[in-house]
Amino acid sequence: MSDDATGSVSAERGLHGSDQSVASFDEDRGSVLKSIQRFLHEYPTAIPFIVLVIGILIFSVAAGGRFFAPFNLSLVLQQVTIIAFLGIAQTLVILTAGIDLSVGAMMVLSSIVMGRLTVTYGVPVELSFVLGLLTGLVCGLINGVLVAVIKLPPFIVTLGTWSVYGAMVIYVSHSETVRAQDIEAAGPLLQWLGHTIRLGGGAVLTYGAIAMILTALIIWYVLNRTAFGRHVYATGDDDEAARLAGINTRGVFIAVYTLAGFICAVAAWALIGRIGAASPLGNQTANLDAITAVVIGGTSLFGGRGSIVGTLFGALIVGVFRNGLALAGVDSLWQEFTVGILIILAVTIDQWIRKISA
Amino acid sequence: MRKWTILKAAVAGLAFYGAMATASYAADIVGLITKTEGNPFFVKMREGAQAKAKELGLTLQTFAGKFDGDNDSQVAAIENLISAGAKGFAIVPSDSSAIVPTIKKARDAGLLVIVLDTPLDPIDAADATFATDNFKAGELIGEWAKGTLGDKASSAKIAFLDLATNQPTVDYLRDQGFMKGFGIDIKDPKKYGDEDDARICGHEMTGGAEDGGRTAMETLLQKCPDVSVMYTINEPAAAGGYQALKAAGKDDGSVLVVSIDGGCPGVKNVAAGVIGATSQQYPLKMAAMAMEAIEKFAKTGEKPKPTPGKEFFDTGATLITDKPVNGVESIDSKKGAELCWG
Repeated sequence: MSDDATGSVSAERGLHGSDQSVASFDEDRGSVLKSIQRFLHEYPTAIPFIVLVIGILIFSVAAGGRFFAPFNLSLVLQQVTIIAFLGIAQTLVILTAGIDLSVGAMMVLSSIVMGRLTVTYGVPVELSFVLGLLTGLVCGLINGVLVAVIKLPPFIVTLGTWSVYGAMVIYVSHSETVRAQDIEAAGPLLQWLGHTIRLGGGAVLTYGAIAMILTALIIWYVLNRTAFGRHVYATGDDDEAARLAGINTRGVFIAVYTLAGFICAVAAWALIGRIGAASPLGNQTANLDAITAVVIGGTSLFGGRGSIVGTLFGALIVGVFRNGLALAGVDSLWQEFTVGILIILAVTIDQWIRKISA
Repeated sequence: MRKWTILKAAVAGLAFYGAMATASYAADIVGLITKTEGNPFFVKMREGAQAKAKELGLTLQTFAGKFDGDNDSQVAAIENLISAGAKGFAIVPSDSSAIVPTIKKARDAGLLVIVLDTPLDPIDAADATFATDNFKAGELIGEWAKGTLGDKASSAKIAFLDLATNQPTVDYLRDQGFMKGFGIDIKDPKKYGDEDDARICGHEMTGGAEDGGRTAMETLLQKCPDVSVMYTINEPAAAGGYQALKAAGKDDGSVLVVSIDGGCPGVKNVAAGVIGATSQQYPLKMAAMAMEAIEKFAKTGEKPKPTPGKEFFDTGATLITDKPVNGVESIDSKKGAELCWG
């Protein structure tokens, strides 16, 4: 807010000091662009929302009726559930101007712990479920302590723990997949988020997708309606200023990384629901997909600006483009290509919006 | 001057110790370099090599890349083996062309290089290649699918769950092998996607894992709701694809599922009716044979020879199904479970 005020004051000063007609021309052009810029600064979810709507419109024409069918649209939601979960966790961390490269590894590790304890070691499923959730939480806590207490850069910390948790995946799983049928027999609870609700018009919602949306709503509430949420934004904007203002920034960092780890463990539950099995092989680049969703969703990699809803839209944009291009018969090579372009556009827009406060 | 004398004495001492060490522990060093640690196929390969090396009294050093496609780690591993004075090594190349110059360096240094599973490009850049005939493995499941469908084969709708956009050798060989076995005109046998057969529903990438398999099959089901055959690059992709079929209510046997690998979870899925047929390959055997070949080379200087009529030594692929088809040789899932890996 104070930044906006400074911006308009300096603009007025420029106006007084220059030729009147030229200045008014500049002012006009500038004010239209500036008001767009200001609007986007205030509503970071606007761009991803518009892109999502445009994407849906384009593919409704290009890919025909199959794309716009209720079933297919609900299918896209199912397909982005896992990435959106990780994206929610990632958004929390990126809001504090950090990054968590280990989200995918934490998720796979939690799912392997749940599946393997239940099937291979015969642990009661309720217990292994809780231990699986704790696994994510503890992994996140370790990240948080390394960042907040030992004060290492988040990129380095999570680059390291990405490897560490990834190695633990191989150690715990023996590189073996826990089969879907075995999990179904020993612990159906682990597949519970894979159950579906049929809605009108053929749309199908999985419990996993609903859990993801609920998680997003909860985190949205925490970020926007609680003191802790405002502390997260403040810490991300300028952690030194936040600390001087009396915010326990160390506590904020630890809480954010731990919460992110826990959300990854919930994502692990949804992952077992989705693929039935607990597999050490997949989701190797899920951390990058999550960052993609966050960035396309309009959250700034420099911290302090962005939203959970934006991340949800970001994940949906990627899902809609992949699905739409595939249904239109476009090679998967060009699906990747398009996602890359979307990332660059998103960061370009972010940089441009940030100029308003410069 | 005295400093130099001490240094010389130290060097002489070290050389003596080195000579003693070589003399008393004269075990030949051999290497095994796999693509990654995180794949049961390579884990089994390592176990096979370790058992055989122990039996033959060889010292085995194992290496792996960090991810599928990690050429740098493999280059470093080869350099380490050369400087360790290894007699030879077996490698599953992550990048079948980029590794070639380093392999030449090793062969020039006198090491025997045996390539496992994924042939080099060109294949004769190694001393020998021990591998599954992936094209043949694909052909077997293609023939089985065609035979099982009978008259309906001409109106089939086939979903292809492939590996990756860059179409590595194993990917196009299996895919094109299946098409040949099924009776599809494959055009250029070195790539898929150039065919114009109306029975092809589409190709989607899975990364060879469950999550990719599920998403890919969901997409293809959207394209062709009347799909009747699901080809999969490997069994994890098949298990993921099956989850998509299940969600769509098509797990009633109306869609034939074929795959390749013959890992134990995959063979169990054949027994459970999830996979109709799979082509089994033998990583333990590949690795054990490579250890034997290197030992023989170290003793006699003799190099292994390829299977007659092929550019590589074929370690075999066997069709596993509980619903055999006339004219396609196969074994059942019970027998397959005895031979499976992972």
